[in-house]
Order: sequence, then structure tokens, then C-alpha cells
Amino acid sequence: MKKLNTLYAWLLLLPALVLLVSFTHAPTILTVWDSFFFAGRAGQPARFAGTENYLLMLEDEVFWQVMANNAWYLIGTVPTSIAIALMMALWVNSKLSGRSLLRLAYFTPTILPMIAVANIWLFFYSPEIGLFNKILDAVGADPVNWLGDPDWALPSLMLITVWKEAGFFMIFYLAALQTINPELNQAATLEGSSRWNSFRRITFPLLLPTTLFVMVNAVLNAFKLVDHLFILTKGGPNNATNLLLYYIYENAFSFFDTHYAATLTVVMLIMLMLLAAIQFGWLERRIHYR
Amino acid sequence: MFKRSKLWLAAGLTALAAGTAQAKTDLTMYYPVAVGGPLTKIVDGMISDFEAKNPDIDVNAIYAGNYNDARIKALAALKSGKPAQLSVMFSIDLHELRDLDAIVPFEDVVESAEDKQWLKSFYPTLMQNGTADEKTWGIPFQRSTIVMYYNKDAFRDAGLNPEQPPQTWDQLVSMGQKLTQKDATGNVARWGAMIPSTGYPYWMFGALTKQNGEVLMNRAGNETYFDKPEVIEALSFWKDLGQKHQVMPQGTIEWGTLRQNFLEQKTAIMWHSTGNLTTVKKNAKFDFGVAMLPAQKELGSPTGGGNFYIFKDSSAEERQAALKLIRHMTAPEQAAQWSINTGYMGISPAAYDTKALQDYVVQFPPAAVARDQLEHATAELSTHQAGRVRKLLDDAIQAALTGQKTPADALQGAQKQAKRILARY
Repeated sequence: MKKLNTLYAWLLLLPALVLLVSFTHAPTILTVWDSFFFAGRAGQPARFAGTENYLLMLEDEVFWQVMANNAWYLIGTVPTSIAIALMMALWVNSKLSGRSLLRLAYFTPTILPMIAVANIWLFFYSPEIGLFNKILDAVGADPVNWLGDPDWALPSLMLITVWKEAGFFMIFYLAALQTINPELNQAATLEGSSRWNSFRRITFPLLLPTTLFVMVNAVLNAFKLVDHLFILTKGGPNNATNLLLYYIYENAFSFFDTHYAATLTVVMLIMLMLLAAIQFGWLERRIHYR
Repeated sequence: MFKRSKLWLAAGLTALAAGTAQAKTDLTMYYPVAVGGPLTKIVDGMISDFEAKNPDIDVNAIYAGNYNDARIKALAALKSGKPAQLSVMFSIDLHELRDLDAIVPFEDVVESAEDKQWLKSFYPTLMQNGTADEKTWGIPFQRSTIVMYYNKDAFRDAGLNPEQPPQTWDQLVSMGQKLTQKDATGNVARWGAMIPSTGYPYWMFGALTKQNGEVLMNRAGNETYFDKPEVIEALSFWKDLGQKHQVMPQGTIEWGTLRQNFLEQKTAIMWHSTGNLTTVKKNAKFDFGVAMLPAQKELGSPTGGGNFYIFKDSSAEERQAALKLIRHMTAPEQAAQWSINTGYMGISPAAYDTKALQDYVVQFPPAAVARDQLEHATAELSTHQAGRVRKLLDDAIQAALTGQKTPADALQGAQKQAKRILARY
């Protein structure tokens, strides 16, 4: 009987398992395998490369710049979008008129496709005809070549990412806020706790499971979200905005070097796994689940 | 009984339909658009024209984004076994497509003497990026050179003769300085000139290099000349336009928004593809002119744009049908109409002999500038491993323009790496 049950369970799992194996696990293994080969010339089979691709990668200046860029991108976008999302959620969760409209307004950037958004922001950032420099001009500041100056280009991209993501994360916080029992806060108020203190001691700890979820997503997106690069900078000027996933794309599809692209992909996979392990392993222990 | 006969009838009809469908040749082609504007409609129009004249051929023309996207989509389709018999792709993809063993030379496809004659009917300069090892691999279609668009009203404003745009680098600087306008707060309200440095920086740079009497690579595509003194000089000049002479913004200048900058009179001069001509003509609310790019040692611009390629993975009938389609798309009347509708150049002398284009050139002389510039043109940067080599040069240009490296350092570094990449070809 027990055997039958196990069989039954496996059969139920089978459809999902087939999909997962064929579209996630098999490609992952193939990627790792591919990274140990060189491309063959016109029609020739691939040659075994050993760790050669990895050694080349360590010598590749662009690779190191891309890694540094990605680190800055991560640091610049994850905490900011989470903080903004939380603030927006707290605000639209309070009782105010036009609340649904405000919620909708905050959520709009999430609905818009990134490529379309990037095409609009391209003109916002344009030094001569763009919105941002018009604003700077109005307050008497010097114009900035937003996407054409290596110092400004990456922060400009981060701004779009934060703008795009904060509304999405707000939804999760909003949902979590509405599950918190209002009696907790009422009790705290009766005890004479200040609003900040109540937030710090009651609301924030209860939101931690959501924060973990949002953070995992934000970190993933810091590696995954490169759509706007295609329109805005193509990784330029001189790789100032090149991110790992975009560099992988360039290698695979502009340079046709699928083996080096596979090598870079392996690095990305390892990094994502490490980051996920840190977040789940370390943070989860400090979170109070009800 | 009745039912059964009906069934047979239906089956018979289906078989008949399948039979006629089989007699038709199906062609799939991908094509790119790099300059915006309603170009897809124009291509679709030309295709349906062809289908009307050739009922036995069905063409599925797929718009595939910019040049890079088109190549990726066409090659991905081929790899996954989806049929594609021909495509318009970047003329400079030639060496890579050959390395991938993806295309056939037209000499293997043409049969009649007339077809062979047709192969020789195009401007020879346009064939430079389409020939290798004495064979023709690409047939010119949407081809361009870089030209100088200038705002005649701005020239009048600055006290310059609107019929005399800059013809030398020195004039570009001196006129540019007169054309640059500052507002009360000292911010620039209108720049003298803009040369775009994103998107296709190496292309613009090919023009500056040629004007300084040098080219970027050899014809075989296995050697680059990035560190020659003339090439370094050319990049220094480009950089100086922004940093020393201040007739151009510093940092990089966006390819995608440049046309809008020109249309909103934020720059008096722009260097851009001729493919923009018709759109500029339609949208400019001021008097504008088009001229050849200025010279230092000589006049010069690279050619640019897309060629027709026929893929190796195709049957003999499909290749003949593809040839028919390409001959239709490049026939003088079609080429003339295409040139009028877009601004891309007529690809053969015969196209400029058609009445339509002759009339158009008389009524709108800028349409002839790209053609007249052809005799000073050179091939666009095209090498083996083109994507990687191109990026090396693009990065070097941007590093110099943004002041991260000196032009000499940047180009010497790029040359060293390019040499390593090309060593095995």
C-alpha cells in the first residue's frame, strides 16, 4: 500500500518534473559542460578546453568591470527600492482620500514593459531636449550628460530600476500590512508607545517574512533586469553600464562565442546560488513566522 | 452512404489544395530597420508587389529589429531547423557568416548570362563589403553613407553662407564655433555639431579615419590598423571637437535621439545615415541642407547598411526563387522608389537613370549627395569575429571621448587585443 502511494506521488510529480528537468536542470548541466570547450571553426566540432575559458575570463578586464558594475547596481538598487516600497505601502495603507488612485499610480511602472519605458526615458535623459536637464536648467544647475558620462550612466540606470521595482514590491508589503492585527498597534498606543516605536517593535518584525521574499526578488532582479540596457546604453560608454547578463548576451549573440558565454553563465549561477544561500540561511533564522 | 461520399469529397479537396500549395515555393526572409520611420510598411509593399507578379512564390518577410537582432533571429531560426532561405543582414556580417558556413556565393546561384550581368550592375564601392575571395556573397539593398545634415537657418543666424557648409575639418571647427550659441546663463542653447558616439561609433569613426587618409582594416578582414598615427589623429580630432573647441557636447552623444536634437534645432550640424533623409525632410520645420562630410586629407565616408544574403540550407528551387525576389527588390524602378521613400541610396547607376529618381533629384538635390559621395567612400569595418573586434574599437572611442583614456592609449590597447583575436585567421 505504501509503495503504491509512493508511486502515486511520483506520477503526480512527473509532469512538473519533466518540465523542470528539460528546461531548467538539463540546460544548466549543458551550460557547465559547454564552458569546458572552445568553439570549432566553420563546421568543425568543439575542442576540449579544460579550464582555459575560466583562465581567459580572469584575464578579461571587461569581465572584472562588469562584476564591479553589477555589485554597485546591487547595492544601489536593492535597499533603495525596498525602502521606498515600504514607505509607499505604509502611506497608501493609512486612511486617506483617493487611496486607490494613489495605489494605482504607484503600481503603474510595474505594468509597463521595460523596453517601452526605456524608450521614453531615453528622451528624459537626453542632454539637450530631455526633461531632467530642463529641470536642472530651471533651478540654475549645470546640465548633465546623463547616459554619456561614465560617472552618471550607471546611477541613471539604477534610478529607472528603482522606479520600476518599488511599486511592485509595494504590493507585497501592502498585502502583508493588511494581515497585521490592528489590535497590536492599538494596544501599543494605549501603552503610550510612539508611532516610530510601534513600527520598529511591531510592524517591522511582522513584515520580515515579506522583506525576505522581496529582498530575494530584488537581488535576483539586480542580475536579471537588463532590458533597459539594450535601449539606453548598450553597456556603454566604454562598458560603464555593462552588467553581467548583458555581457553574457553580447558574448553569445554579438560575438557568437557561446562557450565563453557559458563560462560567464556558470559564474552567474554560482553567485546567485551563494546569494540565495546567504539570504535564506542567515536571515531566515532571524525571522519570526506566525 | 451519402455521408461517406461527402467525406471522400472533402478528403479529395484537401489533397488538391495541398497539391497546389506544394507547387508554390515558400520563402522566409528576415530584414532589419536601423533608422526608424515607417520602413516596414514600405518593405511589405514591395513584397506584395512581388507576390502579385509571381503567384508561384510565397514570401514571408519578417521584420526583425536592428541589424544585430536580424542576424540573431535569422541564425537562430536556421539553427532550430526553421526555414529561412534569404535575409537582409548587415553588410559587414560577411566574414562571420562565411566562418559559420551559413551563406552561398551568388556565383553558385546565378545561371543565365543576364543574371551574371546583373551581378555587375551595382556601384562597385557598395560591393566592397559584399565580396570576398573573388566571389559575391551580398547584394546591396538598404545601403547608405554618412552625410552631413545642416540647418541653413542657423547658418544665416550665425552670419554664415547657408550654401557653403564646412568642407574641411578646420572649417567644421571655425564654423562650429560661430554656430554654437549660449544663453544668458552660459549654458549652450545650440551646439555647432554632433557626431553620434553610441550605437555605431566605429562607423562614424570610419569616416574620420578615411578623411585623414587611412582605413581601419584590410579587405580580407584579418588585420586592423587601429594604432596607425592617422587613425589616432582622427580620434584626437573627434575628442577635441568636444573638449578643446567645444563645438560639440562632451561625453558620448546618443545615436537614437540625435535626429530629434537636430529637428529641435539643438545642433546646427549632425552626421547621420542617409537613411534618415526622408524622415528629416518630412519633419524639419526649418530650411536644411545635406552635404558631403568635410575633408582633412581627402573626402571620405564608409558605406553602411544591409545586403541580401542567400542561406546555404536551401533547395535549388528555393535559391532560384530567392534570386528572383532579390532581383525584384534591387531592380532599378524598385531601388529608385525605395530611395525616394527612405533616403537610402539607389544601389545601381541604373536606379539613378530612372525617371522617378531623376525627377526627385532635380526637385530635391540632397537626395543625390550620398551617391556623389560614393566615389570617396570606403568599406565599413568588417573583420572575422566582427562583433568582438567592433566592440573593441567602440569601447576605445568611448573611452577617449569621455576622457577615461588618451586616444593613443585607447587605440593601441584595442589594436593589441584585435591582433590577438585575428591571429588565427
